[in-house]
Amino acid sequence: MARALNRRPGRAGLILLGALPFVVLVAVYLVASDARLAVNPADKLLPSPESLAAAIDRLAFQADPRRGTYILWSDTLASLLRLFLGLAIATGIALAAGIAIGLLPLVRAAFAPLVAALSMVPPLAILPILFIVLGLGELSKVVLIVIGIAPFLVRDLSMAVGSLPREQLVKAQTLGASTWQIVTRVVLPQTLPRLISALRLSLGPAWLFLISSEAIASTEGLGYRIFLVRRYLAMDVILPYVIWITLLAFLLDYLLRLLARRAFDWLPGEQQP
Amino acid sequence: MSLISVRDVSQTYGAQTVLERINLDIEAQEFCTIVGASGCGKSTFLRLLLSEERPTRGVIELDGAPLGSEPDADRGVVFQRYSVFPHLTVMENLILPLELRASKLWGRLFGARRREAMAQAEHLLERVGLAHARDAFPKTLSGGMQQRLAIAQALMPRPKVLLLDEPFGALDPGTRARMHEIILSLWQEEKMTIFMVTHDLKEGFKLGTRLLVFDKLRWDPHAPEAYGATITYDLPLKDRRTLPDGVAAAVSGSERDDTQRLPENKGSLDVLH
Repeated sequence: MARALNRRPGRAGLILLGALPFVVLVAVYLVASDARLAVNPADKLLPSPESLAAAIDRLAFQADPRRGTYILWSDTLASLLRLFLGLAIATGIALAAGIAIGLLPLVRAAFAPLVAALSMVPPLAILPILFIVLGLGELSKVVLIVIGIAPFLVRDLSMAVGSLPREQLVKAQTLGASTWQIVTRVVLPQTLPRLISALRLSLGPAWLFLISSEAIASTEGLGYRIFLVRRYLAMDVILPYVIWITLLAFLLDYLLRLLARRAFDWLPGEQQP
Repeated sequence: MSLISVRDVSQTYGAQTVLERINLDIEAQEFCTIVGASGCGKSTFLRLLLSEERPTRGVIELDGAPLGSEPDADRGVVFQRYSVFPHLTVMENLILPLELRASKLWGRLFGARRREAMAQAEHLLERVGLAHARDAFPKTLSGGMQQRLAIAQALMPRPKVLLLDEPFGALDPGTRARMHEIILSLWQEEKMTIFMVTHDLKEGFKLGTRLLVFDKLRWDPHAPEAYGATITYDLPLKDRRTLPDGVAAAVSGSERDDTQRLPENKGSLDVLH
């Protein structure tokens, strides 16, 4: 009998073992839901598969009678717009500030302490300030995402730039490169892979800040819907929404990883995403 | 007039003296090898020649003018590691200096001008035996091929002097011997002036037309950092076939045991005749 740490699953075993917890989870839910509904058919806590399917059909495939829109899709669109806008602005800030701080000693001396301090501020604690200053509209939600993830991205990128070998920067200078040319031809292309992986790590916090701000003040969006129907204990809406959000988050992460694999074929094997 | 003249150069870091009173005149087309024990300041001297650091005292002149305050295209360099840009293919690495010179804003050439630059690089590419790998990324090249690419890249801007910082230190003996042939024939063809730091005395004798030994003249056992190294031997190799007795002893502080076999290696000077 081999030691436990030496026993590895085969190809089929890998899929089977991976799927097992999901199957168990669904089975436990079905049994528990069935048991609760048998005692009280009006129970809302663990809705049956039928009522879940009915809710999904109502939200996704039938127009809302009052607004004429498909609620799930309009919520998804509103949320993704905020998310992408926040991610894009944070990425732009991270590229500019991260490279400047990582490459230019003067900028680093002036701004590295500030970024370090800012990254310690809990973003949700300043959400009220954002609502007061920027109002309850789209701007404050996007700004919350930016404030939430930009400091991390800036620090991560500046560290990536700082860890470029000194030899490369000297060599570039002996080839006649100016600071700007070193940024565009040497530093930027080599920090993009790190940016992608930092973005992937930021997706979780970005969703967190999105849902939080939508829960507090919004008129549409995935987070808004969940917190709206919470008042009616509408688990048949909340559960599909949570699964849908999870799926979207997974998909975004997967797309970023795919992009990184395609775009950076120059990376040595051990650094491949 | 000499190409490089070093006048009374000393380098200290706080209380630690690394180099003291270096005086040196190097003619154009000299192949100057620098040997010495680990930590004797030979790499520091190369950094001074590169303007990566300013000397604490003294001046270094290139072509009669004091060195600029930062690395520039006058002085090409090849380091032991990280000498090529991993995100560029072999050909892109080679034309980078031309692109940087021709396009100040983007550092890139397109279309006909790019093809022109590639044609210009073709000769060196073939000269270092990398024509078959022109579209490969450095990660797929062996250590010797990467160093060959690094040398060719450093030569593209036609520097007045080429600085080599233990360029073959990480290569196996067979590859190193082939690299010696390549660098010697390039040196003769291109009429270059080369400074090469090595901790391999045999290599220093084989390649150089002039060999400098860095060592400490004074040594205080209670304050090892009090005195710095200077040039203790300055051997013109073209017509000298015997070694002063002290040379091997001065270098034997280095960890390579092939320095022990020094007397047998005098024959290798034949390469130069």
